[in-house]
Amino acid sequence: MSRPSFARRLFSFLSTMDLAITLLLTLAIASIIGTVLQQNQPYPDYLLKFGPFWFDVFESLGLYDVYSAAWFLLILVLLVVSTSVCVFRNAPTMVREIWQLRTQVQAKSLRAMQHHEQWTQSSDVETLTAQAQAYFTQQGFRNKVVARPEAGETLISAMKGGMNRMGYLLTHLAIIVICLGALLDSNVPMKLAKWQGNLQVETRDLSISKVPQESRLAVGNHAFRGSISIPEGKSASVAFIGLEDGYVMQELPFKIAVKDFRIAHYATGQPKSFESDLVITDPELESPLEQTISVNHPLSYRGYTIYQASFADGGSLLTLKPWALSQEIGPFDTAFNTKVFDKQATAWGSNAAQLEITNFRVFNINPDPTDDEPGNMRNFGPTINFKIRSKTGEAREYENYMLPVPRDGRDYFFSGVRENPNETFRYLYLPVDDNGSVAGWVAFVGALQDTELVDMIAAEMATITLSDVTTEKGILQKNLHNSLAALVELFLRGGFSEVGRFIEASLPEADREALGAAYLAMLREMLGRVYIHTLDQPAIQTITDLNDEQVFFLQDAVTAVGALPLYGAPVYLELTDYTHIQATGLQIAHMPGKPIVYLGCAMLIIGVFLLFYLPQRRFWLILKPEQNGCNLLFAGMSNRNPYEFDSFFDQTYQQLKQAVEGNFDPEKRSESMT
Amino acid sequence: MRENTFTLQQGSSPLAVIWVWRGLMLAAAILLLTLYGTVLDGYEITIVVLAAVGLAFLGQNWRGFRWHALITAVLSLWAVKRYGSDLKLADTDFLLNYLLSSQSAIMWMSALFLMAMLAYFTGLFMRSEFSDKVGTGLTWTAVTMGMIGLMVRWRESYLISPDVGHIPVSNLYEVFILFAVITALLYLFYERRYQTRALGGFVLLVISMAVIFQLWYTFGRGANEIQPLVPALQSYWMKIHVPANFVGYGAFSLAAMIGVAYLLKTWQTSSNPQGVLATRLPLLPVMDDLMYKAIALGFAFFTLATILGALWAAEAWGGYWSWDPKETWALIVWLNYAAWLHMRMTKGWHGRPMAWWAIIGLFVTLFAFLGVNMFLSGLHSYGTL
Ligand code: HEM
Repeated sequence: MSRPSFARRLFSFLSTMDLAITLLLTLAIASIIGTVLQQNQPYPDYLLKFGPFWFDVFESLGLYDVYSAAWFLLILVLLVVSTSVCVFRNAPTMVREIWQLRTQVQAKSLRAMQHHEQWTQSSDVETLTAQAQAYFTQQGFRNKVVARPEAGETLISAMKGGMNRMGYLLTHLAIIVICLGALLDSNVPMKLAKWQGNLQVETRDLSISKVPQESRLAVGNHAFRGSISIPEGKSASVAFIGLEDGYVMQELPFKIAVKDFRIAHYATGQPKSFESDLVITDPELESPLEQTISVNHPLSYRGYTIYQASFADGGSLLTLKPWALSQEIGPFDTAFNTKVFDKQATAWGSNAAQLEITNFRVFNINPDPTDDEPGNMRNFGPTINFKIRSKTGEAREYENYMLPVPRDGRDYFFSGVRENPNETFRYLYLPVDDNGSVAGWVAFVGALQDTELVDMIAAEMATITLSDVTTEKGILQKNLHNSLAALVELFLRGGFSEVGRFIEASLPEADREALGAAYLAMLREMLGRVYIHTLDQPAIQTITDLNDEQVFFLQDAVTAVGALPLYGAPVYLELTDYTHIQATGLQIAHMPGKPIVYLGCAMLIIGVFLLFYLPQRRFWLILKPEQNGCNLLFAGMSNRNPYEFDSFFDQTYQQLKQAVEGNFDPEKRSESMT
Repeated sequence: MRENTFTLQQGSSPLAVIWVWRGLMLAAAILLLTLYGTVLDGYEITIVVLAAVGLAFLGQNWRGFRWHALITAVLSLWAVKRYGSDLKLADTDFLLNYLLSSQSAIMWMSALFLMAMLAYFTGLFMRSEFSDKVGTGLTWTAVTMGMIGLMVRWRESYLISPDVGHIPVSNLYEVFILFAVITALLYLFYERRYQTRALGGFVLLVISMAVIFQLWYTFGRGANEIQPLVPALQSYWMKIHVPANFVGYGAFSLAAMIGVAYLLKTWQTSSNPQGVLATRLPLLPVMDDLMYKAIALGFAFFTLATILGALWAAEAWGGYWSWDPKETWALIVWLNYAAWLHMRMTKGWHGRPMAWWAIIGLFVTLFAFLGVNMFLSGLHSYGTL
């Protein structure tokens, strides 16, 4: 006996169940990778996360885009091939099984079946056969009568649920159809083009017109999913497709203009809808096509589908007023105009080089701090985000609220700062003055930084404090005067913690507690006096003259100044006016494989339900004339649901018995139905 | 003769009852469509018609379900009527406050499920048929209260504000109730069909865990509050995608718990053949068959749900398949059960390995259901813990 050929062996290997099950499980396990490792992130993020060595290893394994990695596709292809071979092998039998009634069975094999009954009837074979056949037909069985003169018997073969086998075919063909359709819509062709050198992945941040030809995809019938952000009032006719560590640009056969983008809110403040008014202009259209799209309601046009995917600022116009926080730059009060995403050089302080506006939001819906319910939201008004980049290239990011925000019954301007995007903002609370402005607090900062002024106030305070002292007054006064000025300077440099450190370092341990408290009290007194100076109200002479509101203001102002060293910006930027311009984020997809995939899905659903819920049931009845009547041998089998078949067989048997006697009444549905 | 060790309850109802039931469903559908036909769109009309057909089908041979549906309908409508247009009545109206507001109905459901579990286990271990029957009664009542809770919650969401109104299958809290109700209904179906109450405690165990989680989620996190829908969830697809998914999850849980019972029985049969589990749990082949049935049902509905999800994604996200973690885990669950089915159907594996596999399957399913939301990020902005 010769060994079967290699092709034959491969063929039968591919159709083994072991392979199929292994592939199903392998695919399941392989799929996990991409859910644990976030896919298609910018490459620098991965580099940061894994370090250069593992970054390279993972990249070569395609782990940043697992689902289009060659090895993953190989598993999929193997599964499809295995399923195809399986279907190919089984199809002829299955198709035959759908229709064919088995008429070759012998009485012996019927008797060997688990479900069979045998009884005798006094009528003649012809009548019984006709009545039995009528019964099967009436119950919806396909059936066939075969006379077997050689054995002296008549066979009726009946069957129901042949479509179960169609279920097998549909289910497995569906897998093939879906995978083929999905292949059409995947980015595999794009990767192939790249691999052949016909396509270059662009990694630089370029304007549309600058994107080189090698990174552009012309209008065609290939599949893609890209996105583009279009500001209100602007238009575009391209989409960017993320690929590996960059993108390629897809040209569209029409132009999309954005008239308006809107966000509607619920009463609670959560977003209710995102909508864009689009205008499509296309040489093929007589007049432009206008349509509003929203989440879950895309626009389909010429096989392209345009989705509302996201939104961003579209370059809002802002008016900012800088308030100096550092003596170095001196006061200025001229507001200037800028735009979101603009970068401009600044002359603030010795090190601040560039101001970059990164974002603007009209609404900031946050939990309401004045409400007991943490779930209740409130709108805190507009914010700007910007970075101040130093000459050495480091940048801090800021977030300033335009309107005062209440906290514990008092109003503050919030300004958040963070050193890198992974941190959360730490907020500076700037107290609002009587005029609803930040000016009062800025004046206080200015006064504290005015060394001459501080010196003068320190001298004044030293004189008053030591007015009762008589001996060595001059030296004491001089010392106190210097200490007070020094304390203020320390405070400006590093807040209360710096003062604390100074006390630790310079006072002997024994005196620290008593003297330290005295130092802090003196510092507070000094700060209060500076504040009183900025008030310019002759009636107020000492801290005790301040009213409650002023005392609170002073407290808050001092806290804010103490935090200034961590704030790190030479100015506080107040947003005084804006014109909101938004950009809508559209996703544009062209998926020629979609109808094929949907066809596959329909096949799969129908197939699975047929497989599970339409059992195939076969019955045989052999009628053999006897001396005084006829012997009937009845048997049946089903390819699934053995327990249900038990009672189905019993019931069919009872009914058949009545039917051949001519007294089965289908209307009297006694215990029928399954 | 074949040995007849076990019979299925084919349980057909008298023809008259079937037709009355069908007529009732038809009448309800017609009533709804004539009353509200002008405000319903094509999609909603289809849903009404399909719901009527589905209920008519489920109830025609299932007496318990008929009562469940009728009582749910009557009490829900009563609650809606009591509410009128004032949501505040939930705290002042006696009936609403203690029974029918969604929050109290759901609390009743929770308590009843826990009691049902106790009754079933008592029945099993004390060999008390009475306690078993109490278990069935409590489970039916719990299912009914849970369903009423969902129905009334649906109405309550509209009372908050018409634009907030939505079907309560939109966040983790709501789907936990859906899960408990669907799993219990599936169990009740098989309990009647297979004429055994011995598995009740095991199935109620998963349900009770879901209930306890839901209680923690309510009291620990205030998750029971009705929130408006984020734009991504404002879709017709959600209404069928989510319930279909939960028929899948429910059936898989059912299969896993039968697997547990199966293993316990095999274990006790060898160590102590006269033990309660060995004698009172259903025959091993019956449980094996039941496990297969449940997984097949789950697989069919999970296939349907995943495909509906793909259709929805194609409308909302710009592609029918994005390899989003939730989608991918649905695929993993699906592949796992496909392998299970092949192992059983074509390789003929039975018994203990398949029971173990069904239990492992539940953990995979659990991860797809909860783990993805807890540990992974993605497009399914469905609910977080
Ligand atoms: C993703 C791939 C596949 C899926 C989703 C799938 C699905 C199914 C389902 C749902 C069943 C019904 C199981 C049952 O009745 O309990 C089934 C049966 C079957 N499958 Fe697959 N299958 C896949 C691949 C394959 C492959 C690759 C083979 C061949 C090696 C195969 C061979 C069979 C066979 C022989 C049956 C039994 C049919 C019967 O007699 O009822 N399947 N499949």
